[in-house]
Amino acid sequence: MQSRRTFITAIAGAAMLLCAAGAQAADTIKVGILHSLSGTMAISETSLKDVALMTIDEINANGGVMGKKLEAVVVDPASNWPLFAEKARQLIAKDKVAAVFGCWTSVSRKSVLPVFKETNSLLFYPVQYEGEELEKNVFYTGAAPNQQAIPAVEYLMSKDGGGAKRFVLLGTDYVYPRTTNKILRAFLKSKGVKDSEIQEVYTPFGHADYQTIVANIKKFAAGGKTAVISTINGDSNVPFYKELGNAGLKATDVPVVAFSVGEEELRGVDTKPLLGHLAAWNYFESVKNPANAAFVAKWKAYALAKKLPNAANAVTNDPMEATYVGIHMWAQAVAKAKSTDTDKVIAAMGGQSFKAPSGYTLTMDATNHHLHKPVMIGEIKGDGQFSVVWKTKDVVRAQPWSPFIAGNEGKQKL
Amino acid sequence: MAHHFRSFLAAIALCLPMLAAQAAVDPALLRPLAGDDPDARIEAVARIAALASDDARKVLQALQDETLYATADGRVLVADDAGTLPDGAEGIVVNNRLRAAVAGALSGMALLSPDVAQRRAAAQALQGQAADPAQLPLLRKALLAEKEADIRATLQTLVAVADLQSEDAALRKAAVLGLADSGNPALRAPLQAMLERRPDGSHAEPDASLRAAAEATLRAIDSRVARAEFAGKLFYGISLGSVLLLAALGLAITFGLMGIINMAHGELLMIGAYTTYVCQTLFRQYLPGALDWYLLAALPAAFLVAFGVGVLLERTVIRWLYGRPLETLLATWGISLILMQLVRTVFGAQNVEVANPSWMAGGVTVLGSLVLSYNRIVIIAFAALVVAAVWLILNKTRLGLFVRAVMQNRRMADCVGVPTSRIDMMTFGLGSGIAGLGGVALSQLGNVGPDLGQAYIVDSFMVVVLGGVGQLAGTVIGAIGLGEVNKFLEPVAGAVLAKIGILVFIIIFIQRRPQGLFALKGRSVE
Repeated sequence: MQSRRTFITAIAGAAMLLCAAGAQAADTIKVGILHSLSGTMAISETSLKDVALMTIDEINANGGVMGKKLEAVVVDPASNWPLFAEKARQLIAKDKVAAVFGCWTSVSRKSVLPVFKETNSLLFYPVQYEGEELEKNVFYTGAAPNQQAIPAVEYLMSKDGGGAKRFVLLGTDYVYPRTTNKILRAFLKSKGVKDSEIQEVYTPFGHADYQTIVANIKKFAAGGKTAVISTINGDSNVPFYKELGNAGLKATDVPVVAFSVGEEELRGVDTKPLLGHLAAWNYFESVKNPANAAFVAKWKAYALAKKLPNAANAVTNDPMEATYVGIHMWAQAVAKAKSTDTDKVIAAMGGQSFKAPSGYTLTMDATNHHLHKPVMIGEIKGDGQFSVVWKTKDVVRAQPWSPFIAGNEGKQKL
Repeated sequence: MAHHFRSFLAAIALCLPMLAAQAAVDPALLRPLAGDDPDARIEAVARIAALASDDARKVLQALQDETLYATADGRVLVADDAGTLPDGAEGIVVNNRLRAAVAGALSGMALLSPDVAQRRAAAQALQGQAADPAQLPLLRKALLAEKEADIRATLQTLVAVADLQSEDAALRKAAVLGLADSGNPALRAPLQAMLERRPDGSHAEPDASLRAAAEATLRAIDSRVARAEFAGKLFYGISLGSVLLLAALGLAITFGLMGIINMAHGELLMIGAYTTYVCQTLFRQYLPGALDWYLLAALPAAFLVAFGVGVLLERTVIRWLYGRPLETLLATWGISLILMQLVRTVFGAQNVEVANPSWMAGGVTVLGSLVLSYNRIVIIAFAALVVAAVWLILNKTRLGLFVRAVMQNRRMADCVGVPTSRIDMMTFGLGSGIAGLGGVALSQLGNVGPDLGQAYIVDSFMVVVLGGVGQLAGTVIGAIGLGEVNKFLEPVAGAVLAKIGILVFIIIFIQRRPQGLFALKGRSVE
């Protein structure tokens, strides 16, 4: 008898505790952060987690959203693509987050898409990608191919970019490099580049031995002015650039333009042999304007205060800027919609604008969920930063469905 | 008039005392460098180079070193070491096109320098660049003045390349014949162009005998390039093989000799790599002057740390599981997870930066076009040294004798007084220590992170099993063989398929020959 009473009291107590927890949760809005903190992608994604936390702190310091503080729930999908889907489901179902900020590789985004569609939740994706996708539940704050890849190749073909005639398309073997290279091949063909002047090479994730590939690039380059377009992702970039430097391939002979290498990836590399190799993004840390000065200073102070590894030489990069912009835009949309309800926030997101550290005012397109962004091309300097050698005058509207892929003709209005 | 007035002002500005050294070249020449028009900048470089004065060289050098600054009012300054710049001075942005023009101009100027070493370097630098017809007069002038035979030869090749496009058939012929013993693949394109037909059917090169000569030269270059390429594949294969060997050598002892299926072997490699990182950090902090030599300290440190971890593992876990392979496998796999998490907790989940010392950066060019990088050469030599050391320890020392005795017949060794338990511990420690040395080498090539070991554990087992369990020579040949097969397959099949191909090959090979390449023969081994 006694024991049964204790049991009932315990149950009641637990129920009360749960209620209390529920009441407390109502005072904050939870947001999920879904970035790999270990494995091959940790080199790129860890700083996105940190910058997301910084942005949330910043919003909270300014009074939060709708009078409520934001609370970040951080999970580690460990560069394991199926685990991304599991962790996303956990964030949505268990932690009841209002929105998720996360993913880097396209394969991880493809892995979580069904979860967001099924649960009608929000994902903010901060990285440049291959396009060919348009989901109601996703906002893309990175670049579409026409905001990064195509202008970069046009620059390489121009007189100032070296007037490249032959191209090596080098990438990691998964959906983003394969699709980007398909678009680029079609684009190059439309510019009169023959198939024999294009070489496409893929390596597995985490590939570490680039001797043969670098030797082949050298051989291919003997046939005329060659440029390498690198879609290598993750920590394979370190051995690739090391090999490139040791083989003495200089940027003035064979420029390498990378779409996934920014300030953060170069932090672990001696950049002196890489002088002049290029990257195309929508933002560089070296851009000079007040918004960027404030952003960089805030990040450096945050890294020092939180004692992040290597805080003394903390850098910002494009996906970090995209994360920062994405979280702020979401907060603006929630404030406008006066609700965290997915459909209301989606309706409020269209047309949101934000004065970004890139120095431009970025607007979220209501029809295609992509940002209007500027395009910049930078050359690597000896100190691991980029000097901007080319940029667009104004922001460019994204074309998620590339006109260079057959079958996309009807989707150009999107 | 206004223009004159402006140059007058600029001249006055020149005389004003300034902290940063003012470039002593006509400011009107310098001004376009700070501008936005790329063509004007290139032209300015050419005009400054044409001055051929020491000041002009200084300006171009500063442009190359990115120490040339422009102020808001259009003055161009060179920042010297002691000088500070006026407020608002911004570095002049150099892009690849300008950088190439500056490098070409500087090399061209250095060709006439009185210093032999400078001339030699300049000639070699020009050889690596695309031929610029505008430099031909300069090259001829330098060739006339040059006395050193090797620089003359380089210059002659350069002139010949430029002469290929000459109007004069005799010059073209001399050029084609002169290039016959070059191995430079960059010459293929201009020679090939001579052989092609124009759209109207006429030959690009009207002289038939010249076409024949060009064809012969092209063949000679092709065969030389093919030879260099073959040598390159051999070298890359040996290099990959030496990496595999260093990764697998420790396992050849713990798995090969002792029969312990050590799944934590990869983590011992990782511990070696992280020890290297710690050594580098310590050197940076306390001995920045000797940073280039941190590897010499890292080698014994990595060996000792991995040896210690190995002995600890053997004493606490593995020795209780001798003769139970399945349990050993599971236990060591668990240990590998623990070690990985331990490193994650201590150093963070992100990769850490291990830099090559400066003497390991760069490479040497052989056979005209093949670059052998120093870090690869050092690692091949290091692998050979480690193999020699292991062989010496196993075959020429008392410890080695005991090790072999215990592994061949434990009971008999025990009977004659060999402390078998201690020998087990030492052998496992030795294998682990060698894995630590392998980790030092791996840290110089790729990424150092908690997952480093996972990338090599499968390869290591493949090498040992392929070579034949219990055989040092087998491991060496297995590793080099796998490296070579991989590197000869990769250009044909691509990196992804080559890896799959290797796995399929090993599966078939082990089916056919389960004992591996080399098998121990004798009654003591089952």
